[in-house]
Amino acid sequence: MCASPSDALNHTEVVDEYFLEHRAKLLDLAAFLDRLDRANGSEEDDFRITHLRRGIALLIDGQDDRTRRIQLLLSDQTTEPMEQTPIQGAHGAPPQADA
Amino acid sequence: MKYIDPHIHMVSRTTDDYRRMAQAGCVAITEPAFWAGYDRCSVDGFRDYYRQLTDTEPKRAANYGINHHCWLCINPKEAQDVGFAREVMSIIPEFLDAGNVLGIGEIGLNKNTKNELTILGEHLDLAKARNELVLVHTPHLEDKLKGTLLIMDAVAESGINPDRVLIDHVEEHTVGAVLDRGFWAGMTLYPDTKCTPQRAVDILERWGTDRIWMNSAGDWGDSDPLAVPKARMEMKRRRHPASMVEKVTFTNPITFLSRSPNFHLDD
Repeated sequence: MCASPSDALNHTEVVDEYFLEHRAKLLDLAAFLDRLDRANGSEEDDFRITHLRRGIALLIDGQDDRTRRIQLLLSDQTTEPMEQTPIQGAHGAPPQADA
Repeated sequence: MKYIDPHIHMVSRTTDDYRRMAQAGCVAITEPAFWAGYDRCSVDGFRDYYRQLTDTEPKRAANYGINHHCWLCINPKEAQDVGFAREVMSIIPEFLDAGNVLGIGEIGLNKNTKNELTILGEHLDLAKARNELVLVHTPHLEDKLKGTLLIMDAVAESGINPDRVLIDHVEEHTVGAVLDRGFWAGMTLYPDTKCTPQRAVDILERWGTDRIWMNSAGDWGDSDPLAVPKARMEMKRRRHPASMVEKVTFTNPITFLSRSPNFHLDD
């Protein structure tokens, strides 16, 4: 099922190829959290930031399959269709903080 | 190398985009009916849109050597008003025999409501009655997982063979279930809200290259009509062979789309 090339990038090559772009993404995330700290308003995180912080914890828990696990964290885990929809769009994280 | 962008909304794109896509190797596109960014208020508004998809847009694409095909439906974002959705659906058969129509799409769910499910089921009934291919939109962000599961159950209930249904906008948490249940899967390459080219190639490496394609879903929002060639570059960056690049971005779309007698490529 897997489709890796026979001469797939090795560990060092993956680091060489992708480190800088992900270093930049790490700094972007840090800058976003700093910006939140500086912003006036509620001291409490809204549900999106609560989920973001939980996702960050998953990044460093030492287990694999991080992307899929973060996707599940950010998903509505209920199973029944809704009667009505309060909005047409999506938030990016389930409004229920415990979801 | 030739490629197909099997999901892009060219009514929202400029002629320059057609030119750049053709220069990058695009030889065919398929354009599902979608939400215009606002709710249309009349059946005639949809009639005009379907004329655009079946008549105007193919001519515009042909100027750049691109074969244009489309899918027809009322999209799930406008399906909450069941009565209105049914009125719109009543005119779809007027257009299904146009030469570039491949089937019903992009149907599916948006916020996973009961009304959306009702209209999804009626679209599936129409597809089954006419033996049409189906292109499915899955919900955005936090609603995707639940919606994808509800949609797959609805297709199973309809009796349509999953091999004639492509479920689009899959990501890491949905692609496995979609492929395991026998559907085709589409990965949409978006800057923020779906797959990046890097993650799409990760998915190929983990879940394989059978029954899967990539598309830009370029539209009026943040999107990139050259996303497919950029993903091809990402595959080459990781030393995937040209045969695999071609399979995912050219051969696989042909295999699925050719099940419609209306799909064609110029020699």
